[in-house]
Amino acid sequence: MAHAKNSLVLRTAGINCDAETVRALERAGSRVELVHLHALLERPALLEGASLVVIPGGFSYGDDVSSGRIFGLELRHGLSHELARFVDGGGRVLGVCNGFQVLVESGLFEREPGSTTIPPRTIALTNNLSARFECRWVHLKGERCAADWIEAGAVFPVPMAHGEGRFVTLDEATLARLEAGGQVALRYVKADGSPATGPQDNPNGSTAAIAGLCDRTGRVLGLMPHPERNLDPWNHPEWTRLRARGVERTRGEGQGFWDRLVAALPVLV
Amino acid sequence: THTAKPSTASTPETLPAAWRVEVHRLRAGDDPEGAHALAALREAGWKGLRSVRTARGFLLPAECTRAMVDAATKEILADPVLDRAVVCAPREAPAATEGVLRVLVARKSGVMDPVASTVARAMARSGIWREKGEPHATTFRVYQFEGEPAALDPRLAREHCTRILGNETIEDVLVASEALPYALPRQSPRHGVVHVPLRGLPDEALLKTSREGSLSLNLVEMRAVQAHYEGLRREPTIAELETIAQTWSEHCKHKTFASRVEFEGRVIDNLLKQTIKAATMELAKPWCVSVFHDNAGIIEFDEGFDVCMKVETHNHPSAIDPYGGAGTGVGGVIRDILGVGLGAKPIANTDAFFVGPLDLPQSELPKGCMHPRRILSGVVAGVRDYGNRMGIPTIAGGVWSHPDYVGNPLVYAGTVGIMPHWAATKSVRPGDKIVVVGGRTGRDGIHGATFSSVELTETSEIESGAAVQIGDAITEKRVLDLIVRARDARLYRAITDCGAGGLSSAVGEMGADCGALVRLETVPLKYPGLSPEEIWISEAQERMVLAVPEESLERLLEACRLEDVEATVIGDFTDSGRLVLTWHGEVQADLDLHFLHEGTPKPTRKARFDPPREADSGVPAVADHRALFLSLLSSTDIASKEWIVRQYDHEVQGQSVLKPMTGVKRDAPSDAAVIKPLAQSKKGLAIGCGASPRYGRLDPGAMAETVIDEALRNVVAVGGDPDRTAILDNFSWGNCAHEDRMGALVLASEGCYRAAMAYGTPFISGKDSLNNEFKVGDRVIAIPPTLLVSALSIVPDVGIVVASDWCRAGSALYLVGATKAHFGGSHHHLVRGLSGGAVPRPDLAEAPRALRALHSAIKSGAVLSCHDLSEGGLAVAAAESAFGGCLGATIDLSKVPCDLGSAPGIDRDAALLYSETPTRFLVEVDPARAAEFESHLAGIPHARVGATRAEGVLEFTGARGASLARVDIEDLRSAHQRGCKA
Repeated sequence: MAHAKNSLVLRTAGINCDAETVRALERAGSRVELVHLHALLERPALLEGASLVVIPGGFSYGDDVSSGRIFGLELRHGLSHELARFVDGGGRVLGVCNGFQVLVESGLFEREPGSTTIPPRTIALTNNLSARFECRWVHLKGERCAADWIEAGAVFPVPMAHGEGRFVTLDEATLARLEAGGQVALRYVKADGSPATGPQDNPNGSTAAIAGLCDRTGRVLGLMPHPERNLDPWNHPEWTRLRARGVERTRGEGQGFWDRLVAALPVLV
Repeated sequence: THTAKPSTASTPETLPAAWRVEVHRLRAGDDPEGAHALAALREAGWKGLRSVRTARGFLLPAECTRAMVDAATKEILADPVLDRAVVCAPREAPAATEGVLRVLVARKSGVMDPVASTVARAMARSGIWREKGEPHATTFRVYQFEGEPAALDPRLAREHCTRILGNETIEDVLVASEALPYALPRQSPRHGVVHVPLRGLPDEALLKTSREGSLSLNLVEMRAVQAHYEGLRREPTIAELETIAQTWSEHCKHKTFASRVEFEGRVIDNLLKQTIKAATMELAKPWCVSVFHDNAGIIEFDEGFDVCMKVETHNHPSAIDPYGGAGTGVGGVIRDILGVGLGAKPIANTDAFFVGPLDLPQSELPKGCMHPRRILSGVVAGVRDYGNRMGIPTIAGGVWSHPDYVGNPLVYAGTVGIMPHWAATKSVRPGDKIVVVGGRTGRDGIHGATFSSVELTETSEIESGAAVQIGDAITEKRVLDLIVRARDARLYRAITDCGAGGLSSAVGEMGADCGALVRLETVPLKYPGLSPEEIWISEAQERMVLAVPEESLERLLEACRLEDVEATVIGDFTDSGRLVLTWHGEVQADLDLHFLHEGTPKPTRKARFDPPREADSGVPAVADHRALFLSLLSSTDIASKEWIVRQYDHEVQGQSVLKPMTGVKRDAPSDAAVIKPLAQSKKGLAIGCGASPRYGRLDPGAMAETVIDEALRNVVAVGGDPDRTAILDNFSWGNCAHEDRMGALVLASEGCYRAAMAYGTPFISGKDSLNNEFKVGDRVIAIPPTLLVSALSIVPDVGIVVASDWCRAGSALYLVGATKAHFGGSHHHLVRGLSGGAVPRPDLAEAPRALRALHSAIKSGAVLSCHDLSEGGLAVAAAESAFGGCLGATIDLSKVPCDLGSAPGIDRDAALLYSETPTRFLVEVDPARAAEFESHLAGIPHARVGATRAEGVLEFTGARGASLARVDIEDLRSAHQRGCKA
């Protein structure tokens, strides 16, 4: 009998945001198990007890060759049927930063619901336009999308930290299909929610300022920035200024992302 | 996928007997490395270049089938959206294209190649490679140049590419040649036990033996070794001699620092013990858990947890290979934290770089030196790639510049860790298994001229390449993941890292009180053919040594398997008091551990100090303060390091409270960083540092006191408790065999003692690097005496933390601390081309009280923001707080508390604006709480000097209200953004 709202957080060599991801999920009310990828590959049945699988940020396998490439390969080779079944059964999959890169490599965004074959990839996350790893705070805006727990129109600050986060598509048609299919979940915006106009707002130069993507069912979601790094009021880069102006904040603006995610999790049996 | 015809440039015999896959970007916009290379090569003077495109290349075993190579290409090497792959069969090369010059950069044989290891592992794990083990893979980079025909001259290309794109110490740069290397390193030809004749040798022969073996043992030490073996009536083996040399090395023993010194008529019996360690012992703080004897210093934190810190230098490796040197520096200091007590979890990194002038013209660069800009960008990339991959936020540091660092840059790396209190101590018991975990052992870090490699001269490219260590962060991350779990399961009794000296130091230290037997043939190797002593002293990275009780061994090995960490039992700790090394049963070394650890003869050093004679130019009046503000903000040490900070993941672990950059636009420097490492505790850790090499040459004692003050005021300015602060000393000095360098070391060490005692701040760990000199022609240039002090301070509640950027218009601005005329080594003098003057020095009676008073004011909540005054004085501090907060201010210099003395030729306004007197802060206070603030500062010089304002203009007024300077904060901001660019 599966427990309600169980989450599996996957780690492997180079994953390094697992502790704060576990913290965010637990604060949101989920029971969390931190599992090594190799343990899951040996025992895919571990999926059966969970409603959510999270791949946290990091540099899995050093991001050698390309970010998320090897972790993605391990999922395609060792777990693609199991993960497809998990998602088709209502399970949710989240990838943050390196986890998003892994999910792009896994093919889960482009898979036809109900199918276990992985179609040719048409999306990629590649080098930032600045050609550098960048750690800075950005503003995200929720889009009306297939992941209906994302609060459309809400703007919140979170840090990003990556070198290969620029979202690109094979062609215009791919982008149009993603937009029309409700797959664009989060965009980089200005602090007031207006569209990003340059590298200060959209630091990696993502196509259509896309920061987060979901699959057509909304069950698989990935994003480059890190809501788990803004859980507490003192995480915000201007918190001492906000305090001086008398702004009351009891928690970081990133916690709400996790709260809504966990609240929307299905109770799987 | 395209298949290519053989190129005409190389004959098949010279082409690698391996499949070649080259992965090119489809669109130029996805190839930023090409754009970077083009810009760098143009700047270096290669004219007529039109474009540079890069590609990544891979060599795979000839035994692969075409189908296997295609699968590897599709699944691992190339991106279906972004890339185009070109595959060539063994002994073939891509077709030449008219008008395109190709340059290939490949690692020399035996140099670590983590990407290749990952590819090999992935091919094996995914079943693409079906043979036993993993395939031998290598990587290379491709540069394709287009431009005017005259520009594409291979001779020109070689000259520029070796300087800008490749590093010939570790890489082969192939111009218009496809003859990539693919072989594994060759084997050492020697077998059996080799003895080194010492008995009866005259002095000069002993010295020759030391020199030719790169033992770095002086005559007194060589005589001690000789006498020891005379007593044993035998000759030492190579392995024994290498072990003694490693154990007695400056790096491991602090020989110079612990020596007896004759200084200006005084005799100091043990400099280290009588100064730095003495302060710690006399202060005897109950919250110091472990100081000086382990891999890092440990202090109490909260809730049953301790925190620890270590800072190391990696200077010479970084001069040869900035990227690899800095990366392995970071990797090494992280292992110190993994190896302190029973292991701590790293929670923060720090870095500090000292380089030559960034604007040095190429024509003035000494022969054989890399340009300071290339060094800086290389070390930043090295710290970035290692620290980010480890998932440890790099949160504090700095860059300092001086002409005398050109040939000998300094790279410091620090790590902070947290551990349960019970894990702070360790002990080895006879019978425990010696287990090595992590990376494999290769020839990394074995220098070319040691005994073990004199026979390798015909393979010189292997020797020089192997001397450089290349890091593999993910192997170390695996080890980190393993250690924290195995520690909490209590699967081992002791742990230490393999650093300098490799296994010889690690096992030698751990077994010092009992004994050890190591079977060298069991140590896992990267490639076959290492001799026993090469295995023993190799400095291959990412290895730790554990003492594992027999009953825990199986569980430990299982934990390692789960984490994908290689673990091997290589011997046993014994109760013999001897260090015994065997090689397939044959004894290679049998050393008395007491002699090894206690037999070092204690040298006596002579020392003196002659302060440099500089004309004192005074402090003339400044005609254009605005221009001077902008020049100061653009000088390298002061200018923005944002481009560096942004490349470091300073947010990972989600514990960030105060970031290295602050303000509305996040472009103002913080005095220190703060993290909150425990969810169940409201306490924070403030981490900061101080260094002032420009003071060091003039007055090493004042420099030491001032640098300690700087480190302390940095952490106190953000909320750290001065009475719960520990410091670390890291000395980088010239060759202390010279009396003047040794004299400066004596003065600086005594300054450290005085300051530590005055502030009540113990040193908990330290390190020295004492041979930082380089030759330009016949001239030897020593670096300026460089003391980096790092401070680790407990913030009682992260809610009290303040940043350096002004928060509101209309706030009261206070200056805390009296300004004196301190201009010796100041940035004011540097920028104006002046000399002489008093070197800044804290008032050791007053300063500790000022820090405590400020801390109580910050704790009360009356302070809105706080910034310390350091390089550039009040002018720079006010500028940074202003553009940080996007606010202006008016500051009345006539109100500034001061004691300028009666020295002639000192302009009062200039002195108040630019003096670098320590222990001063610019503090923003809510006007409604001004009286409360002042009550905390009772008895400390302080004054309300002005107010912040909404208009973005920073204005200073002098006597009688005359406006001295009125500067737009956007001009200050843009000046600050220039000046420290690589």
